[in-house]
Amino acid sequence: MAQAREQDLRPWYLLSPALAAIALLVVVPMSFILVYSFYENIDLGLDRPAFQFGNWHELLTDSYYHVAIWKTLRLSVIVTVLAALMGYVPAYFIAFTRFHHKWLLLLLLIIPFWISFIIRTLSWIHIMGNEGVINALLLWLGVIDQPLHMMYNEFAVVVGFIHVFLPYMILNVYVSLEGIDRNLEPAARTLGCTPWQAFLEVTLPLSLPGLAAGCLLVFVLTAGSYVTPLILGGPDDFLFGNLIYDAVMSELNWPMGATLSFTLLVLLGLVVVVYSRFMRLNQLTKAFG
Amino acid sequence: MKMDSTRRYEVLRERVGNGNVDRRSFMRLLGFAGLAAGVSGGVMTGLSRRALAGGTEIYFEGWGGVVSEALRKYAFDPYEKKTGNTVVDSTFGGEAEVLTKVRAAGSAKGHNVLHSSGVDWYKRWVDAGYGTKLNEANIPNLANVMAAIIKPFHAITPGYLSAVPYDYGTTGIAYNTEHVSKEKAEKLGANLLLDKSLKGKIGGWGGDWANRAWYGALQSGQDPNNITDWDAVWAKVREHRALVLKYWSSGAELMDLLAKGEIWVTEAWSGRVAALQAQGHPIGYFDPKNGLAWMESMFVLKGSPMAEAEELLNFMLAPETAIAVAEGQKYPSSLDPEKVKMTKIIEGLPAYDPTGKLAGLVFRDPSKWNPVEKKERKMWDRIKKGA
Repeated sequence: MAQAREQDLRPWYLLSPALAAIALLVVVPMSFILVYSFYENIDLGLDRPAFQFGNWHELLTDSYYHVAIWKTLRLSVIVTVLAALMGYVPAYFIAFTRFHHKWLLLLLLIIPFWISFIIRTLSWIHIMGNEGVINALLLWLGVIDQPLHMMYNEFAVVVGFIHVFLPYMILNVYVSLEGIDRNLEPAARTLGCTPWQAFLEVTLPLSLPGLAAGCLLVFVLTAGSYVTPLILGGPDDFLFGNLIYDAVMSELNWPMGATLSFTLLVLLGLVVVVYSRFMRLNQLTKAFG
Repeated sequence: MKMDSTRRYEVLRERVGNGNVDRRSFMRLLGFAGLAAGVSGGVMTGLSRRALAGGTEIYFEGWGGVVSEALRKYAFDPYEKKTGNTVVDSTFGGEAEVLTKVRAAGSAKGHNVLHSSGVDWYKRWVDAGYGTKLNEANIPNLANVMAAIIKPFHAITPGYLSAVPYDYGTTGIAYNTEHVSKEKAEKLGANLLLDKSLKGKIGGWGGDWANRAWYGALQSGQDPNNITDWDAVWAKVREHRALVLKYWSSGAELMDLLAKGEIWVTEAWSGRVAALQAQGHPIGYFDPKNGLAWMESMFVLKGSPMAEAEELLNFMLAPETAIAVAEGQKYPSSLDPEKVKMTKIIEGLPAYDPTGKLAGLVFRDPSKWNPVEKKERKMWDRIKKGA
């Protein structure tokens, strides 16, 4: 009896360092942020401890914030769907290739992480800008006589996001595909499936946990960003994170910044909860083998 | 030269942004930097070297790009050589960023001297309790600084200074001379930024609400230092926004957008335009009537090593240093041309005032602008996003 109880508690003993770290580094700071959201900003950079709901009232009643939430969700969905479509093919290729040095392909996926995120984002100015590689080539070939406007719009922001987050999607899908029994597809073929049917009926469903994990990761990372639209976007391209940046760095209004930060946390937490309800979050662990 | 790897990387990136380094050289230098970091032991070696260095460390924060390069080359390096002290310089995105960091940390530790912009920020730092009382006896070169540029600072802190005025400039209008004629630019004045035929080729500074409002006031026919109709100001700002391709957020980004022809017209900092012109780019510049002028100071934050900071300020105000920095950063020095002979290069800089009285320049009146800042800054952040 005592031994069984001891065994019941063992996972908690093992988890305790991680739980302590999460409590100290996530729960406590977020609690401070929640408390700060009730403070009152009386002048630039000057706050008064208080318990009032002015910031929350503003957030709930002002359409300025609602538009930003809508824009954030919309753009995050666009980036996630495109990353899923674009990421599945290379992941499939890496998982099923007969190339002996598969590690080399995986290394190619990881190499971009060696370069700063900011530099990778800035590089698009040199690729899609007026004097960038694409315009220079098209002008040289005589295809166009004026540079194409590819920068400082939503297209550039989406490209920037996909460039940065695509490896997360590919790696998740790859791990999932790598864990599928290689005999299943041939077995489906022997039972009369075409290659396409075997993929649709066998491989794709079995790789869904990885795809789901990749989608969740890309969605959350996109929704929490603010630098990419700042560098690659125009005046209309901003996310909820940019409002937090404005509140804290420009208006020096920390209580409002805290309110917005906590809201973003709750919104993304809700997405994870809803996602886990429909996609069965426990399935995600399969993506990691 | 004392420069850590991050700073070296920032400088390199700035230079690429400014068009001073081609992409191939940039990648080569980045590769070499990585190699050097690997061979030399990177961060740990840097830390041990710092621990071994003698003298006092003074932390300086400034605007980056050509401005930081000039300060490093003509002021900080010779100062370090002369005194054995070290100036650890870095770039900020604006003083609000520094104030946020200082508040978050609960102290100004690691922040000593700021390249502070405008009298309004001088007032904010002092009001927030971060001001110091400089011992002017330790800064004899202050005697060469224009009385007209010191006066507004003394008005805020009567009898003492927390900063020394160092340079001044204007935020006028830059235009690409291959697409916009000088005649058209000067005829339209501030309304050049509202020219519908240039839609998608217009830029604007996104970082400062007051700059945007100043131009909104000019475009709505008001005195920027006595705005009576804020709705009219913001209506003009909205009109401008509809034509804007990009709100730039740093001097390097401004130069990059103009140099690459992404934008043809924008308000711009006089020194940055002078730097572009010196590089041979077809960029014209003019100050519209009642255009915005500003003065920058070297602000010493509370808790700094005062004697060393004053020694640094005095060194920076020495005529040979101040003139070399002014030529490098392309902003006129705060030294009085009646007392110190300026070079031909400085006399040719935009906004340069040979009289030393600054009577022809219009500065922001902090007594008018600071009281409305909380409300109007928020308004600008919203309008910038289309609200």
